[in-house]
Amino acid sequence: MDQTDEQVRLLADDGTPLEHDTYRADLGDDDLRDLYRQLVVVRRIDVEGNNLQRQGQLGIWAPCLGQEAAQVGSARALRPDDFVFPSYREHGVLYVRGGMDVLSVLALFRGASLSGWDPKERNLGLYSIPIGTHALHAVGYAIGAKWDGAELCAVAYFGDGATSEGDTSEAFNFAAVNSAPVVFFCQNNQWAISVPLSKQAAGPLYKRAFGFGFPGVQVDGNDVLAVYAVTKAAADRAREGGGPTLIEAITYRLGAHTTTDDPTRYRTVDELDMWKAREPIGRYRAFLEKAGLWSEELERDVQAEADRVAAEVRAAVEDMPDPPLSDLVDHVYADPPATLRAQWRRLEEFEAQFASES
Amino acid sequence: MAQITMAKALNTALRDAMEADDRVVLLGEDVGTLGGVFRITDGLLKDFGEQRVMDTPLAESGIMGISIGLAMRGYRPVCEMQFDGFSYPALDQVISHLAKYRNRSRGAQAMPVVCRIPYGGGIGAVEHHSESPETLYCHTAGLKVVTPSSPADAYSLLRQSIEADDPVIFLEPKRRYWAKQETDLPVTTEPIGTAKVRKEGSDLTLVAYGPMVKVALDAADAAEEEGIGSLEVIDLRSLVPLDEETLVASASRTGRMVVVHEAPEFLGMGAEVAARVTEAAFFHLEAPVLRCTGLDVPYPPARLEETYLPGVDRVLWTVQRSLDF
Repeated sequence: MDQTDEQVRLLADDGTPLEHDTYRADLGDDDLRDLYRQLVVVRRIDVEGNNLQRQGQLGIWAPCLGQEAAQVGSARALRPDDFVFPSYREHGVLYVRGGMDVLSVLALFRGASLSGWDPKERNLGLYSIPIGTHALHAVGYAIGAKWDGAELCAVAYFGDGATSEGDTSEAFNFAAVNSAPVVFFCQNNQWAISVPLSKQAAGPLYKRAFGFGFPGVQVDGNDVLAVYAVTKAAADRAREGGGPTLIEAITYRLGAHTTTDDPTRYRTVDELDMWKAREPIGRYRAFLEKAGLWSEELERDVQAEADRVAAEVRAAVEDMPDPPLSDLVDHVYADPPATLRAQWRRLEEFEAQFASES
Repeated sequence: MAQITMAKALNTALRDAMEADDRVVLLGEDVGTLGGVFRITDGLLKDFGEQRVMDTPLAESGIMGISIGLAMRGYRPVCEMQFDGFSYPALDQVISHLAKYRNRSRGAQAMPVVCRIPYGGGIGAVEHHSESPETLYCHTAGLKVVTPSSPADAYSLLRQSIEADDPVIFLEPKRRYWAKQETDLPVTTEPIGTAKVRKEGSDLTLVAYGPMVKVALDAADAAEEEGIGSLEVIDLRSLVPLDEETLVASASRTGRMVVVHEAPEFLGMGAEVAARVTEAAFFHLEAPVLRCTGLDVPYPPARLEETYLPGVDRVLWTVQRSLDF
């Protein structure tokens, strides 16, 4: 759970760059600064999500606070052709891949849609609510891509809790047997709602991969450069025909599981403080400062961008219309059964009674 | 015209679909080298290769999850659950994703997956190889549920299922795999969602599907011979969509209906048919719609299945109950 010798790190807790035998983040100065912008904006979107829920604009919000480096660093290592299969907390991944497409996620948590985006548009699967199930979709997609001779990888995002689900193990196995171009990206944020990692698994998660016959690597998930480097290596390996990799990014869910959750019931202030001190954005800013890449001007620009995005998110959510009633039935089938059409006509008849009253 | 078994018709349908569209791929346990435990995929690995016919690890949820991912990549997977009783590990994938993905993406992502499941009893097998789980699938919005009763229909319905953009649970009545019918292949029968009157009659309508169509037809023949009455037999062919129109038209004509299925009675297809026909044909009915089904118990040991399963005698006994009403 804490840092181990096995863990890949490219930044010390105080932001000092660390050398690693295998991994390095090959990013230029502009990219390094842009990474900072993305981290800050993602955190601001997340804060806005929390606020909007508290104000009744969203039904629920699943905060990614503290996991920004794991999400932004990994997503940034991918290409547009790679296909991402997210769980339900990957707002940072969505932001990196689709900019303001993150609004679709806010619509989901508002209860205005069930996800609603076209997965093909940004090679981004729908948020998967049932835990671990979508790891199999990533493997299926990857097997198909391999058959097509496409040079891409599929990436499945899931948490520590998902490693206990059978589907995750089945996904590992199918990927290994087929040498599928997949990256399994596990954000080990230490908690599955109220259940700590110690009750979820008795051994290091990344080592699961070894039993299935493919490599696993543990990375400091709060070190955005290490996450980037490790993900890029795994994605390159997959695209080049090397098969799957499991990445275990050690991070921490600084927020609640969702806005309906009360983490004070199951974890200590000391633990929280320990991880707050290791949160990823401060560390990365310290690195930029040491590298001479941070400036007052950069900070102003980044904060202004975060403010702008937050305002846009807020305005978009506040103006978000309810879905049309026809959304109840319009997209269930390509070719809907006559019984469903008849049921809908009856409901329309019922609703029509109230049309004049509204 | 040739004498063709349902197994051969299904095999030919898969072959023809794979030849017609190279996005059609097969996956499942033992579907490759062995040709499936019922030989439905026999010879296909040899002719289409490992990228089209995939022997998978023994993991049904995995098979369904992989199929979903393949569909997202643009393939049209036809996966096989080896037995009815082995299909349950895949239910989470079916209910949570296969059935919902189109709706969750507001129509953007189709799920053209066919899940073939040999189902039903009457073959002297163990309980987990004899079950009729159709209600689980019929109750899951987003799926179509299809079950043929004859070789010609098996061929045509499977071809239609593979071409459909909606996910289809394709239930194969395993006890009818080896029964023959004179037919030429390829053959095109009625579209999915259409029931078929297999035998016309005037006194009572028997409704059946899959393995029970033969039993219903035999019962109708016996009823005629024994002077019990003239029975009409409807083969549902597809459970979702359900052809309410054909059911209601027939019940309105005969005034009596008995639904026959192997699955337990409680919340089975019979309940749905009875409710719909009662609502739409209420004033034409001479008797309540009755059901002749499996018991509301787990599938019994094989030595008791003859009693558990509806047979000609129990169907006729139920028919008599309706006529006496």
